Order: sequence, then C-alpha cells, then structure tokens
Amino acid sequence: MHRSLFASFALYSAALLLTLFTLAPLVWLVLMSISSPNDLTSVPLNWWPTEVDLSRYGHLVDLNNGAGHRFLAALRNSLLTAGGATLIALIVAVPAAYAFSRRGASLALLFVFLATIMMPPITYVLPLYEIFGGLGALNKTTTLIIVYSAMLLPFATWLMKSNIDVLPVEIEQAAFMEGASTAFTLRRVVLPLALPAIAATCMLSFLVAWDEFFYALIFTSDLSAKTLPVAIADFSAGRVTDYGVIASVGVLATLPPAILAICFQRFIVSGLAAGSVKG
Amino acid sequence: MSAISRSREKWVLLFPAILVLSLITVLPFLQTVWTSFTDAEITAREQQVNWIGLENYIWALTDPDFLEALGRTMYFTVVSVGLEGVLGIAVALLLNQKFRGRWFLRVIIILPWAVPTIVNAVAWRLIYHPDYGALNSLLLQLGFIDSYTSWLGDPDRALNMVILADVWKNFPLVAYIALAAMQTIPGDLLKAAAIEGAGAWKRFHSITLPWIIGPMLVVLILRTIEAFRVFDIIYVMTRGGPSDGTKTASFYVYQEYFSYLRSGSGASYAVVVAGISAVLILAYYAGIRRDQRGA
Amino acid sequence: MKLKTLMAVTASAAALMTSAAMADTTLNALFMSQAAYSEDNIKSMTASFEAANPGTKVDLEFVPYEALHDKIIAASGAGDDGYDVVLFDVIWPAEFAERGFLTDVSDRVAADLTSKIFDGAWTTVEYDGKRYGMPWILDTKYLYYNTEILANAGIETPPETWAEVLEQAKVIKDKGLVEYPLVWSWSQSEAMICDFTTLTAAHGGSFFDDGKPAFETGGAKAALDYMKTSLGDGLTNPSSLEYFEEDVRRVFSAGDAAFAMNWTYMNSLVNDPNESKVAGKVGVMSAPGVDGVSEASAVNGSMGLGIPSNSPHADQAWAFINHLTNQSTQEEFANLSLPIWKASYSQSAVTDGQEDLVAAADKSIAVMYPRPLVASYTEVSSILQKHLHGSLLDQTTSEEALANAAKRVARIR
Repeated sequence: MHRSLFASFALYSAALLLTLFTLAPLVWLVLMSISSPNDLTSVPLNWWPTEVDLSRYGHLVDLNNGAGHRFLAALRNSLLTAGGATLIALIVAVPAAYAFSRRGASLALLFVFLATIMMPPITYVLPLYEIFGGLGALNKTTTLIIVYSAMLLPFATWLMKSNIDVLPVEIEQAAFMEGASTAFTLRRVVLPLALPAIAATCMLSFLVAWDEFFYALIFTSDLSAKTLPVAIADFSAGRVTDYGVIASVGVLATLPPAILAICFQRFIVSGLAAGSVKG
Repeated sequence: MSAISRSREKWVLLFPAILVLSLITVLPFLQTVWTSFTDAEITAREQQVNWIGLENYIWALTDPDFLEALGRTMYFTVVSVGLEGVLGIAVALLLNQKFRGRWFLRVIIILPWAVPTIVNAVAWRLIYHPDYGALNSLLLQLGFIDSYTSWLGDPDRALNMVILADVWKNFPLVAYIALAAMQTIPGDLLKAAAIEGAGAWKRFHSITLPWIIGPMLVVLILRTIEAFRVFDIIYVMTRGGPSDGTKTASFYVYQEYFSYLRSGSGASYAVVVAGISAVLILAYYAGIRRDQRGA
Repeated sequence: MKLKTLMAVTASAAALMTSAAMADTTLNALFMSQAAYSEDNIKSMTASFEAANPGTKVDLEFVPYEALHDKIIAASGAGDDGYDVVLFDVIWPAEFAERGFLTDVSDRVAADLTSKIFDGAWTTVEYDGKRYGMPWILDTKYLYYNTEILANAGIETPPETWAEVLEQAKVIKDKGLVEYPLVWSWSQSEAMICDFTTLTAAHGGSFFDDGKPAFETGGAKAALDYMKTSLGDGLTNPSSLEYFEEDVRRVFSAGDAAFAMNWTYMNSLVNDPNESKVAGKVGVMSAPGVDGVSEASAVNGSMGLGIPSNSPHADQAWAFINHLTNQSTQEEFANLSLPIWKASYSQSAVTDGQEDLVAAADKSIAVMYPRPLVASYTEVSSILQKHLHGSLLDQTTSEEALANAAKRVARIR
C-alpha cells in the first residue's frame, strides 16, 4: 500500500507531536536538574542551561550532606521495601497460581483476591494502622513489606496463573507418574518453564511497590523506614528555593523504574496485556 | 493421586495467600465496616466506643462537602480515563502504522508510565509554577498568552491541570493494550475492507474498534478503579486546594481520619467510597466475561 | 586476690553495661522545614546537645509545616518507634491535650521561668491551666517593605495604617515601579489564616463569641473585604493565592514586591546578599493598625516543643527540649527566630544588626492575637480556608463566604 504525500506528512507530524508530548516533561526535568538557579528563575525561562551544573547530584549521593543523607536513606528503604515485598508476594503467589491453574481452585476465589486490591486503600488503612500500632510495628520496613506484599499478591497470582495455564501439562504429569511430589514438580519443572513470566511478575510488582505512597505516608515517620515517594513529597514542600534540587531528586527516583521499563519492555508490556486483558 | 488429597493439596497451596489477604485486607475491611457504625475517634486516651447505628452514614450523605468531593472525584475519573482512552487508541493506531523511527516511539512511550506518581506530581507542579513554570514561559514565548497565568490558582482549572498530569502518566498503559489488541487483527480483514472501498474511518469504526473494544473496556475499567482512589498526585500538587477545588474522596477520608481524628465517621466515608468502587469492580468482571466470550 | 580481681572485673563490666544502656538512647525529634530556625541551625543546636550529653543521640526529622499535624497524630500510635520530641503549633495544644497526645510537663517547668518568658510564648504550650511543653519559636508576621521602591515612589514614611498600605501601593503601582506591590501567602493553607487573623485583629474583629462563630460581621468581614479589595485593585500579586511563605520570600527577595507579610525568619534572609537581590534595602515593622481601632496588629504564630505521650525517653527528651529552649542557645541563633526570653531583648547578641526587627517585635509581641483556642481548631481552620479562598477567588462575596463558613463551623460534630 502506498501512502499519499499528505498522509505521510500527517503521520510524521503526529509521530513528532507524540514524541514531544511524551519526552518534553522528562527532558525539562533533566534540564532543570542541571541548570543554575539563575537560569531557572529568569522570565521567560532560559531553556538551555548557560552552564551545566552537576553539583546537585553530587550532594545527593553524598552521605555527609543533609539532603544526600536523607535521599540515600530513603533510597535504601525503597529498595528494601519494594524488593522484599516483591519476593514475598512471589513466593506466596506461585503456589496459589498453581492451585488455580492445575488443581481446579475456584476462579471466583481468584476474583475475590483481585477485588481486595481494587478496593481503595482508605478502606484498610485505619485498622491496619491500629493493628500495627498495637504490635509496636509502625515505622518499620518489615511492616511496609507485609502490607505491600498483600497489595502485590493478587495481581502476581493472576499473572502467574495465566502464564502457567499455557505451559504444557504433559511434563508435569510425567513427573507425577514417576512419583514426584507437587512441591518438587513445582520447583523443578514448573518454575524453570515459567521463568519469563516470573521475571515479568517481579518487574511489575517491583514497580508498583516503588510507586506506593499512601501507606508509606501514614505508616512511616522517619528515615529508618520512610520510602522515596514520601521523602520526595516532604522534601519538595519544605524550604527549598532551588527548584533544580527537587528536579534532580525526581530524576534519580525515576531512573531505576525507567531503566527497568526500557530494558524489559517486552516482559512488562506482555505482562500488562496478560494481566489486564486475558483474565 | 486421589481426588481427595488433590483437593486438600489445593488448599495447602492456597493457604499462605489466603492467610496474607485475610489479615491485611479482609479483616481490616470488616473492621472498617464495624467502625463506621460507631463514634470511635483517634485518641491516646481510653475511649468508650459506642454503637451509633446509621448516624455516621446519615451525616456523610447529608454533608455537602463530602458529596462535592465525590462529584469531583467522579469528574476526575471520567475525564482522565476518557482522555486516556481516546489518546491511547489514537497513539495505538499511530504506532500500528509502518513508518521510520516507529521502534523508537514504541520504546519511549513507556517512560511516562515508569515515572513514579510522586515524581510526576512534583514535575508538573514545577511546570505549572505561576512565576517560573515551563508552561507559562513556553506559551508566552509562542505568543499564546500575554502574561503569566496561575494554572493551579483557580479551582476548576486546577482540577483540569491535575487531570492533564495524570493523563500524561497513564495513557501509555492504555496505548500498549490497544496496540497489543490491534496487532491481533488479521491483516486480510482490513485489506478486504479497503478493496471494497471502505474509508479509513469506516475501517476503524467497523473492524478495528469492535475488535479491540473488549480489552479496551477491561483496561479502562481498571483505570477507572485506580483513578477513583486518587490521592498521591493531589497530596503533592495542590493539597486539595484552591478553595477545595481538587479535594477528592480519598483525600477527604484521609482528612477525616488524620486531621479531624474521627475514625467512626471517616470509616463511614470510606465505606461509601468502597461501595462505589465495588460497583466499578463488578463492572470490571462483567467486562472480562464479555471480553472472554467475544474473543 | 583472685576474688578481688573477679569483683573488680564484674564491677567494671557492670559499669560498662550501664553506660552502654545509656548510650543506647536515641531520640527521634520532629521539626518543620519552613519558617523560623533553619535545618542547619537545628543541627548545630543538636550537635552541642549531643556533645554535652554523651550517650544520647538525636535523629532529626524535617517535614513541611502542612504535614506536621498529621505526622504527630500518625506517629502517636507508633509506641516506642514514634517521636520523642515534636514541634507543635500554638493552635494545637487544646486538641493534643484533650486527646492525650502530649505529655503534661507542668511539674517539670521550673516555677521561676514563668515571669522570665513572654506570656504570648506561654500561651503556645498551655491548655486548661497545664503546660504541654516549652515555647520555642516566638513568632508573628511582620510587614516588610522595600525601602528603595518606597523612596523611588517618593514615599517618605512607611504606612501607619492598613489603609495607608493600599494608598502607598497604589502610588507605587501607578508609577510603574512594580506590577504588584503587595505579596502574601494566601494559598489555601494555615498561612492564609495567619494573615487573615492579623487583619481581623487590626480591624477589631473576633472569631468566636461565647463559643459561637462571630466572624460573619465586624472586624473579620472588614479583614476579608480588605484582602479582596487589594486583589481587585491589582495591588496584591494574584499568584499570592498559590503562595506559601517561601514564595513570598522569593518574590520579595527578587525585588518584585514593595510590601510583604512574613515571619521573623525572612528578615535575615532578605538581607543576605546570597539569597536576595534586595539585601540592605529592606525595612521591617509591626503590621500596622486601623485608624481609631488599633495601633498595630499581629497574629500569635508561636510554636512549642513537647513530648508525645508514647515516648519512652521522656527524661532525655525533656533535657533536649531544655537545651533547645534555653536562653543562651536562643541568643546564639537569634537571627532566624527571636528568643522567648524577655531578658534577651536587651542583649547585644540578639539586637545587633537587627535593631529594626527587635523594635518591631517589641510592639508586635504586645498585641499578638490568638487564633481560636478550640479543640476542633484544625477543622475550623480548614473550613475558613476553603470559604475565604473561594471568596478571594471571587467566587463568593465576603458576606456569603463568611456566612457559609459560620454555618459549616456550627455543624462541626
């Protein structure tokens, strides 16, 4: 099929427009983070930095700097929380997914699972706050890990279930014939085959946990457990006259998920598609 | 393996998941429902919690501010999800064409989705800044405005500006799903239609749209459920202002709990919001059913 | 001999263990990252406390003022992992005391302090005859003016009444010296309520009368009308409706405003050439009054330090609070926040280089006006914020806005 000149023009214009719309805010965030405060407060703006100023990034990765200390502590908490929650969610989700896929557990139950994460967090937050408060467990990374793993679990189960569904059942049957237990089959036969699905599930779970704000806002109170989103919210509303600092924190907090998303795009997109479409 | 032990094994496999979800979601939910019928408060003192029946609900449903917040949340949800749907399909149509540099566009589209919500909120707040914001500067330099505008200073406009920020972050998800669905349309189908003389709009309307409508419905309801609980972007961008113009239902409940310390009444607000979410969730499952039957 | 050695070892081991136990104390302290003392100030004060108290370490946490109240509440359920020292605003003791979030420290406060500290400071921590902490930041909003702009406009003396503020602003605007002569922090926030309270006090208004809303008429209405007029006449920067205190400082420091209302901390920062383009061209005075009603006006914007009731380290927390609030610490860091101690105001360490500010403080502290001291203040304030902001945005008249707010306040449960 050949396109008319007009159609080509329209197509490329649309592509250009989309590129601008997608990238402009991000590029501007990066530019802000390396522009001098003067460039950022001129009217109208100096779009291109008169000189590149990387000092803010230097401060942010310096433990002895106040901002750096806070940023690195929050980064550590975020990594621990998102990583820990992803791990637990997966360990719990895989057997459950197997039960749904191969042991005929009712799909209605899976829907109940999913319904729990679709409810707004405000429905759960106060009792959780009181329970963890009673246990003396507020402001602890472990607490966030537990809450997050419950938040990730339904989606992870669903993703794993729809991926186990399409694995050939014959290999498992052969294993059972030879007298292997379910635990053994799950670990040695199913898991290796489902590795790509596990990777996709991990990635998506990690990103969701990395993004979470509401529970972290209420359950954490200082640097021992506060995650990046809360730290950024506190930081950006305080006594900061240099908007470049806020921008550089934003850039650093975006890097891990952005790199994951770009490198493992195929996994993530197929995971999302499976998750939200196939059921 | 016998049927009985298999069925027992099923529950063994499910047990950890059921345990975690019961403790972290089901029990707290029941607790919230119970609290909503009491006059409980957040306090460090001993308190006697009294059962007060439907009083909190009567109060909530006659509270004009809460009803306004619900209406505002619906507006936010409908407009942002609607825009994400239209934009997502348009982008998917574009990315489904062959053109040079398509791979690049397909890769970078995921970036807004990867930006953490809080960073997204902070970035757009800077972009909308009344004195040094990029939006003001850009529009002024392009000649669209004569003087700097206060983008988040007017209640109605502020909500729309927050919606724009939300759409920017979330349209990639919709676009990817739409694209994935479009790629499963048999090429012959569209070619045959083209040969029969169907125009681009007609082909989209009678072939592409019906083909992708199932998955789109599902993802859009999913987005609706998410948009309805919106809190973080509001917390950072406007804190509910100006003049409560962006105070959404979740923000309202948060405030009832942690600013006004009325857990009973806050719980009743939460249950009302949860009820509306439940309707949306049922719509979601109906959508999946329909999608599966259609596919 | 052997026995003796053994005993000595045991004794020293025991001594080691007690000191180790003491060294284990880490205090969590919550501060705000806005007006008053800077983070660096607070860090230096803490460092000197730690040096003087080996065995006690203090972890500092800074949040925006807007998050402070909710953080204190949320951490109250955190048991031993909550905060040991919190900064709280003058408007919260009623609520915090009634709900038991703060420890009653009346017995810890030495009796002779009462007369050495300003009454306005004490009200920050008192409720129902008890004390819930020590006052720390004795603050109010002052009127700052750009002397250069005033001189260029041919204005010789700064305004003595609020009406004169508008008159002078009009002159400045008409001469084209700045587009918007006035800048305020009128975002939908407590900051706006502070300006509203100042103006209400100036106009002789009040918030409550006998427990009932009394702000629909009189001074409070005059205050809102004043705010609306200044916006309507183009004298107040319209972006004020999005501004917090830091935005006001930024605009004023850039030389884009002739008058600004802000807290004590702005005085030294706008006079710091690294932070400001108008250093050395700044005048500071008490917010003016209204002809025939008041001479000057001020809001009590003080803050105190208290011990949350769930803190397991009340003794050490109190020692830390004493260190932060004692006279010599406050005099050492007097350029961002003025001391609570009456005697400090005659010390050269405090007055040198900021004579204007100290003179203004003298006048303002005497007339500091409280925001309503009710347990539901947070809610009263957010109702007022919503309706005042709506009215400033020209969505309602001042009568409507205040009547609606009063109706809503009467409905508070």
